[in-house]
Amino acid sequence: MVDIRHGTSEQIGPAEVEDVELYHPHSWWTRYVFSQDAKIIAVQYASTAIAIGMVALVLSWLMRLQLGFPGVFTFIDAERYYQFITMHGMIMVIYLLTALFLGGFGNYLIPLMLGARDMVFPYANMLSYWLYLLAVLVLVTSFFAPGGPTGAGWTLYPPQAVLSGTPGGKDWGIILMLSSLILFVIGFTMGGLNYVVTVLQGRTRGMTLMRMPLTVWGIFTATVMALLAFPALFVACVMMLFDRVLGTSFFMPAIVEMGEQLQHGGGSPILFQHLFWFFGHPEVYIVALPAFGIVSDLISTHARKNIFGYRMMVWAIVIIGALSFIVWAHHMYVSGMNPYFGFFFATTTLIIAVPTALKVYNWVLTLWRGDIHLTLPMLFALAFIVTFVNGGLTGLFLGNVVVDVPLSDTMFVVAHFHMVMGVAPILVIFGAIYHWYPKVTGRMLNEVMGQIHFWVTFVGAYLIFFPMHYLGLIGMPRRYYEMGETAFVPASAHTLNEFITIMALVVGAAQIVFLFNLIWSIRHGREAGGNPWRATTLEWQTPETPPRHGNWKELPVVYRWAYDYSVPGAAEDFIPQNQPGSTGLGAEEAS
Amino acid sequence: MSVTLVFLAVVLLIAGWWLAHQRLFSKPWLEIGHTHDPRPHGPPDIAPAQIGLGVFLVVVGALFTLFISAYFMRMASTDWWSTPMPKILWLNTAILGLGSLLLHAARVTAEHHRDEASRTALIAALASGLAFLAGQVFAWRELTDAGFLLADNPANSFFYMISGMHGLHILGGLFALSRVIVKTRARPMDEKAVLSITLCATYWHFMLAVWLVLFVLFSGWANDFVELCRSLLT
Repeated sequence: MVDIRHGTSEQIGPAEVEDVELYHPHSWWTRYVFSQDAKIIAVQYASTAIAIGMVALVLSWLMRLQLGFPGVFTFIDAERYYQFITMHGMIMVIYLLTALFLGGFGNYLIPLMLGARDMVFPYANMLSYWLYLLAVLVLVTSFFAPGGPTGAGWTLYPPQAVLSGTPGGKDWGIILMLSSLILFVIGFTMGGLNYVVTVLQGRTRGMTLMRMPLTVWGIFTATVMALLAFPALFVACVMMLFDRVLGTSFFMPAIVEMGEQLQHGGGSPILFQHLFWFFGHPEVYIVALPAFGIVSDLISTHARKNIFGYRMMVWAIVIIGALSFIVWAHHMYVSGMNPYFGFFFATTTLIIAVPTALKVYNWVLTLWRGDIHLTLPMLFALAFIVTFVNGGLTGLFLGNVVVDVPLSDTMFVVAHFHMVMGVAPILVIFGAIYHWYPKVTGRMLNEVMGQIHFWVTFVGAYLIFFPMHYLGLIGMPRRYYEMGETAFVPASAHTLNEFITIMALVVGAAQIVFLFNLIWSIRHGREAGGNPWRATTLEWQTPETPPRHGNWKELPVVYRWAYDYSVPGAAEDFIPQNQPGSTGLGAEEAS
Repeated sequence: MSVTLVFLAVVLLIAGWWLAHQRLFSKPWLEIGHTHDPRPHGPPDIAPAQIGLGVFLVVVGALFTLFISAYFMRMASTDWWSTPMPKILWLNTAILGLGSLLLHAARVTAEHHRDEASRTALIAALASGLAFLAGQVFAWRELTDAGFLLADNPANSFFYMISGMHGLHILGGLFALSRVIVKTRARPMDEKAVLSITLCATYWHFMLAVWLVLFVLFSGWANDFVELCRSLLT
């Protein structure tokens, strides 16, 4: 028998803090458009991110059409191909994944899960969204600018990014790209301050840090990382803008372009790479940590079992966040560096596998002998675990310098990062949308459409990216517009490329089913009620569904952690966090 | 990037110190009820805006640290020769420091309910901020007149870019300060006003510290120190 420590009083009055002054909208415009309510801002962020994400999806279709059927689609010339690659990568990583996880889920879940009425700085929160929208619009403008968008690759490496050989390099493309990123960073900083300070200051009575759901831990840590990492992107963009527009030589070495000596000289392209990857690697975890957190909550709720090793999960999130700042140069093994640096960065990279593996074990152990409900969120969560392990294992290959050097410029890398930071986080996003949609709209998403969406997406993603590993191993280079006659690439590889392209079209089409489901279910979905998943966390205990402005009538008081599922002796198989009472022991964990 | 890593280490140390006070080793699944909250009466007294400003200053700190890192890395190349520092920068530094003192005075007088003195100090601080910006523009003019143009040399480019970025931050601070001045003009200095003035003062002290670091950097006094560090590392 274990010792459960109880508080002195069973029933505690509501918080003695004075209520925050809530902003009160007076018109339709301030209520739904220029809204300062975090829930509305969350929906605005999510819709914008999904809309621009659909553009990136179509771009990937076009790219795959060229790779699978070279020469058939004549409107895709080499320039356009590079523009599609660049915009696909940049949109997916920054404008979709980062914005959706932090701006979308962060805004919706942080105040609700912590029992707050809203974010602490609602006005800055609103500005954050509008700057993000502006950044997206500037990005979209570049499609229509003379010369089209930049085709420099999503890493925008100088000097090629600002030279005339690269699409958009001497036109508006690169300028609009850099301006858009600068706007994004400013907007994100405003939102990020909100998320961090709300976690620090906005928690309701009884909500200690160690009682926060792992979703909030993931988003919180990712936001702290983003606040420290995005300045590096900002600095890199400002300096490259200076090089491009004002003729400075921060990154530009002496260069002869089209037989003409440019006025640049002495600059260091490696300097850009350091700045970019100092942002770029934490960015991977800025996307992954919220996914880790959300998936922990999905698994626990839908397996009706407390999360295994909650403390370890929290520590692992924090440790991964800290470590991810000292691994950036593993993206630069082929850029040339002191061999000892390579050794150092390979070591730190492999060390990150330890806390990450710990999290995977804990998810699996949470499932062990759980009462697994194969609901849509659970299916996506399971798919995430498998996919993340797959992508993570190839990461162990690429983290080693000697293995990375021959593989670095092949399709193997494309397969690796799509598995680990493309497909895996997107699966969590889908799972999370199926999970929280009932809270946002009051209705369930359609189950049949959801099943079609899940199976096509999950199986299809494997059919796309598994063969790519093989293509990479036989040496098929990435970034090539077309292969032409190459001795080492057999004809079967071309057949495989056609297959991958067809699967990409199919998986993309499944997302249209999902979009239709999102819109259709707002009106025609089954009524969800307040707590359809019978979950413990605070967002499911709101007096109204969807929660109204201000979230609560009276601020909730938290009496227990977020994972009291299947507690022995309890009347139901879950005990909400705001329910006082004595029974509340996660049975497996305690002994 | 070593400068950035040192900055990051400091931030991580502070974050770690804070986390160490958050009972990360507690076993939340065994604790039911309310006695285990380190904040028994809900959120602590410290204003969210103060925490928010603190976090924001860390972000601004990261920004300038990264600029400084880039400065040192670019400095290693052969085409670098230092930009001479216009004499007026000494005056500008003094003016910025004066603004810091004035804001401190404004805060202290507001706390003691000497409202008129506080308002005067605020306006004087605003004026000194504007004077600093004007002085910076003069410094730029002096340099360009002497033929040190933006794109001629990386040292020039860094000087204009980083001092411009610092100026933009000062401009943002002045915007916030003028809002505080307008808001406190007709009302007695209550707790809220004191908080606003404190926030302005904190921001100003921080931007003064950043400027002092930049000044040392641009005038080349830090070079010997950097050389020393470099030789120690290699």
